[in-house]
Amino acid sequence: MTVLRYNVTVIGGGPAGLAAALSAAKEGAEVLLIEREARLGGILKQCIHDGFGLVRFGEKLSGPEYAHRFIEQLPNPNITLSMLTFVTKIEKQSDGFVITMVSKDGIRDIFTKSLVLASGCRERTSRQIGIHGRHCAGIFTAGTAQYYTNILGKMPTKRCVILGSGDIGLIMARRLTLEGAEVVGVYEAKPTASGLMRNVYQCLEDFNIPLYTSKTVTRVFGEGRLCAVEVSDVDACMTPIPGTEKIIECDALILSVGLIPENELAESIGLPMDYRTKGPVTDQNSMTMVNGVFCCGNALHVNDLVDYVSESGEAAGRAAAGYLQKKRSFAELKADDSFLYIVPQMISLTERKEPVTVYFRSKTERGKTRLTVTVDGSEIYKKSYSQLRPPEMERIEIDFKGMQIRPDSRICFALAEVD
Amino acid sequence: MKEITCIVCPNGCRILTAMQNGQYVFSGHRCGRGLEFARTELTAPMRSLTTTVRTVFHGLPVLPVRTNGEVPKEMIPEIIRELAGVLISERIGIGETVAADILGSGVDVIATSNLLKSGEPKEPGGPGEPGVERE
Repeated sequence: MTVLRYNVTVIGGGPAGLAAALSAAKEGAEVLLIEREARLGGILKQCIHDGFGLVRFGEKLSGPEYAHRFIEQLPNPNITLSMLTFVTKIEKQSDGFVITMVSKDGIRDIFTKSLVLASGCRERTSRQIGIHGRHCAGIFTAGTAQYYTNILGKMPTKRCVILGSGDIGLIMARRLTLEGAEVVGVYEAKPTASGLMRNVYQCLEDFNIPLYTSKTVTRVFGEGRLCAVEVSDVDACMTPIPGTEKIIECDALILSVGLIPENELAESIGLPMDYRTKGPVTDQNSMTMVNGVFCCGNALHVNDLVDYVSESGEAAGRAAAGYLQKKRSFAELKADDSFLYIVPQMISLTERKEPVTVYFRSKTERGKTRLTVTVDGSEIYKKSYSQLRPPEMERIEIDFKGMQIRPDSRICFALAEVD
Repeated sequence: MKEITCIVCPNGCRILTAMQNGQYVFSGHRCGRGLEFARTELTAPMRSLTTTVRTVFHGLPVLPVRTNGEVPKEMIPEIIRELAGVLISERIGIGETVAADILGSGVDVIATSNLLKSGEPKEPGGPGEPGVERE
């Protein structure tokens, strides 16, 4: 049997993968787009709330409408779609990759010159935050509750507690309230909300849903179905304070306690990972430290706006289409401790492309702050912010044109308070 | 003093409002749209609404919809009740009207998904897709 050959294979048909496939196809590449579900669009299918596309289209679209802007560009003569397909193995060869996948047609291998990982992210579950108590039904991630409500049309709860104030949790607080459930409150172990302030305002305050910070769920109760949770105050280290326990009767606990890039495939091919983003280390061309493997969207780092996911997908698709099998040399972008992370972490000196788009998050909530970038001690970029918050990702463009950058150059990012 | 978080764009500016000499003064907004939002928010707050309506189609029990403009915030519970009575029996698609001039607000409720369109690739029974009976 002949093995089908592609220039670019994109794994994942959500917003990142759709943008990557379309941009690679536009560059003339023969593209294979692999999606494990029956419909394209990824998580946007169930994100029926609006606010998507403000940056990209200047419009307030719902998730399905945003996805449609990309899906409607298909079919495309350069893109082969493989739906209901699951990648089981990636094997590196000297000139590309052999990808093994399973679909209704059975198991098959294809060959691709380059590969774009666009597998998105996963929600942190109750097991990952160590909730004590019975293994009863009624503990959902916010995304699962969203799937029940918006896709299956079934209510997952009548009266619930939401743990964690990530954006999906806030969105679901509003959604469940509109559908007639009672949301007792949103409990957040950190001293501030994890989601965007606009979501705290329009999803909680509009519906008088209380947000309790520095409090967490310490136990769950229920035989068969959840019947109550215990909440406690936490100290500055997020450790529950004995004596502060309170029991709240409810039939569901909904978790919005963080998202983690999904990178099992990336790890299987030995991509160096960044412990801060939990995604692969990449250069300014979205290429990971393994030649020919690109990564974009929430698989690279968790974004708060889909508009930036699409931008990242487009950049990765374009770069994957133009990929030349060249050995690269790198200089590291060093971010000081005031950053939660920066992306990319490296710049390739072999394929310089200016300006370099850098995404970052501050580690803590800050007031007036100045960002500076220095190369071997000389300042090359600065920008002032009136405030920085970890939930709000920032995007900057830095032009390194004309600069002598060597692999041992010290390129440093720093944040400092200003008066 | 009242603090308003602007919901117009992802910047989410925190706008402080105060009364000075019988007039509202605003600070913290970064654009005119923010100023406009804060003004409206104090007098007649407006929101867009997104929700779902039921359908007759097997495996596709609900269709996502939204208002194609903003409605007074206090109308939202009534609109939700009104939409609870809607049952979609046509294979309508993105942008098509589900309920025109809902409760006289001057705003239409429109479909936001092509879920029901036969052209949309879908295979009921696929992994994690509607059509899988879970009970």
